[in-house]
Amino acid sequence: MLNGLQSMGQRGLSFFSRLGRATLFFLRILAALPSLFLKPRLLVVQLYSVGVLSFQLIAISGLAVGMVLGLQMYNTLVDFGAENSLGPVVALSLVRELGPVLAALLFAGRAGSALTAEIGLMKATEQLSGMEMMAVDPIKRIVAPRYLAGVISLPLLAAIFSAAGIIGSYIIGISLLGIDTGAFWSQMQIKVDWYDDVLNGIIKSIVFGVVATWIAVFEGYDAPPTTEGVSRATTRTVVHTAFAVLGLDFILTALMFG
Amino acid sequence: MAKQNMIELSVGVFIAAGIAALAMLAIQVSNMSSFSDGEGYEVVAKFDNIGGLKVRSPVSMAGVRLGRVIDVSFDQESFEAVVRMRVNNKYNQLPIDTSASIFTAGVLGESYVSLEAGAEEETLKAGDEIEMTQSAVILEQLIGEFMVRSASQD
Amino acid sequence: MSSSRVNKIHHTEQAIVVQNLRFSRGERLILDGVDIQVPRGKITAIMGPSGTGKTTLLGLIGGQLQPDSGTVSVENHIVSTLSRTELYRLRQRMGMLFQSGALFSDLSVYDNVAFPLREHADFSAAMIHDLVMMKLHAVGLRGACNLMPNELSAGMARRVALARAIALDPMLIMYDEPFTGQDPITVSVIMRLIRRLNDSLGLTSIVISHDVPEVCAIADQIYLLSSGQVVASGSPDELHRSESPWVVQFLSAQPDGPIPFHFPAKDFIDDMAESP
Repeated sequence: MLNGLQSMGQRGLSFFSRLGRATLFFLRILAALPSLFLKPRLLVVQLYSVGVLSFQLIAISGLAVGMVLGLQMYNTLVDFGAENSLGPVVALSLVRELGPVLAALLFAGRAGSALTAEIGLMKATEQLSGMEMMAVDPIKRIVAPRYLAGVISLPLLAAIFSAAGIIGSYIIGISLLGIDTGAFWSQMQIKVDWYDDVLNGIIKSIVFGVVATWIAVFEGYDAPPTTEGVSRATTRTVVHTAFAVLGLDFILTALMFG
Repeated sequence: MAKQNMIELSVGVFIAAGIAALAMLAIQVSNMSSFSDGEGYEVVAKFDNIGGLKVRSPVSMAGVRLGRVIDVSFDQESFEAVVRMRVNNKYNQLPIDTSASIFTAGVLGESYVSLEAGAEEETLKAGDEIEMTQSAVILEQLIGEFMVRSASQD
Repeated sequence: MSSSRVNKIHHTEQAIVVQNLRFSRGERLILDGVDIQVPRGKITAIMGPSGTGKTTLLGLIGGQLQPDSGTVSVENHIVSTLSRTELYRLRQRMGMLFQSGALFSDLSVYDNVAFPLREHADFSAAMIHDLVMMKLHAVGLRGACNLMPNELSAGMARRVALARAIALDPMLIMYDEPFTGQDPITVSVIMRLIRRLNDSLGLTSIVISHDVPEVCAIADQIYLLSSGQVVASGSPDELHRSESPWVVQFLSAQPDGPIPFHFPAKDFIDDMAESP
């Protein structure tokens, strides 16, 4: 009993000390961001490995999710004779929820874990210490460009996911289910609002980008410099990002649409 | 160096694709192009019953969408529903004696406010109230009345 | 050999002075009152069994770790009191060769060596090219400049890392276990490089190692560390003549002695009786 309490206390303490370190780390990244203006090339290279390399996964997943949503929703809507609402139903669910959330989860698996592994391995192979000993701040040189690339990429990827999903449902709806093209788009435009739906979805994806990339770079930087440490940190990135994104999604949804 | 160019090129394409997706969400999917909330004037109408009317329901005349409902509240003195609507600034020639009704698009469709033009010269301005209103038709009520009437005929 | 060494005029000056240095990690005391003096222009070796805080000492000299008490002064700057900017300025004059080489895996050999030049000096591309080629030539790897680090053997990687460490012409270079895990030929190549760079560039060198014959062959001065304390110091000849049991055990590699074979533990019989 006493042992249980003690271990709970220890876990709590270690949680808070990690949170504290993560916060300090976050502030150091923010302080390092302006230096990127002097070296935009660093950012471009990271936009490639974080954004471009995730593009294929996001676009294909978006298309597939849109097609499946189109099929499933149609089967329900047709019972009410409301199959012309397919466009708005699919668009709203993608723009408000599925686009930002699924893009963030896929991003954590594709780019986030890669960031953690890369930074963790650089630490394990003393590349970060080496850089420090060469009087180059690894936060500025390594972490900041990766962080900014993640924060820029995720909202773009989420928009690409939503757009690909809508195109997917359009393809299914028009070619397979025989929905009228005009009705599909016009119903969508009536029901989907730029401010309430699209903009809120974009804000969600920006928040997810800030948090998901933060978790990824922190886990890498804080990983024990061993093979096991890095592989655990990589797993933790995916798990923690999933929890953080789903939790934040609930809070943001309650604030925005509640 | 050629590899560097490839990277720069693909990053450029990626960002362009992202912006194109955002543009699609703005123009093709949502109503930013056809209607935006900011530029419009507000008018008020009171209804006995608004049925399924909600904030963001469309406001239209002759089937063309002119604006949307921005607020629904309840007046404690007259026990009526107060509906505030914002009408796009483009449509500023509506007569002051325009009437408003609440209709439903199809049996299960959404409710909307339909405006019917009056004959006066004077036009509706921001803050004006539409005096003539017709409440929403409540399906259950209609069915109830129909049943009572057909029963009394027997 | 010693007659050929340059920079003898500096031999009374100390590049690094470590005084009564204590450092602990968590509960574990790693350095317990260490005093070391590194003369300018000489090769000073710090030896000792694994886990005696040799690498930690380098971290403290480079300012990556903060001591619990005591001071490390490099060129008359007390490292732990420097601001970040001052520390970074000092580090530009220090080179460090990490145990793993620590080459940046995403950069080619050329770009690795050019890295500190590009970060800290405002040289033209042509100038950087000349400097990189000079440094690579010094370690004999000018021909490998277009390879990536994963295409190098461990010995080559260490030599590239050495070229990078001397890119900014530092006054001090620290070698962390330079011989560990290398084949005999590479070991002798690295030994020669350490000696030659030290003498021709007028460097001060610190070598952290536990390879007795190699270190004795190149070092001017040796400190022997055990359990976080300096147990002996002097030139290789002096240490070989020493009768201290510590020195004898370490230099002649005996498994047991003052440095115990067993990790500190309870009495063996008690431990056996306790087993479930």
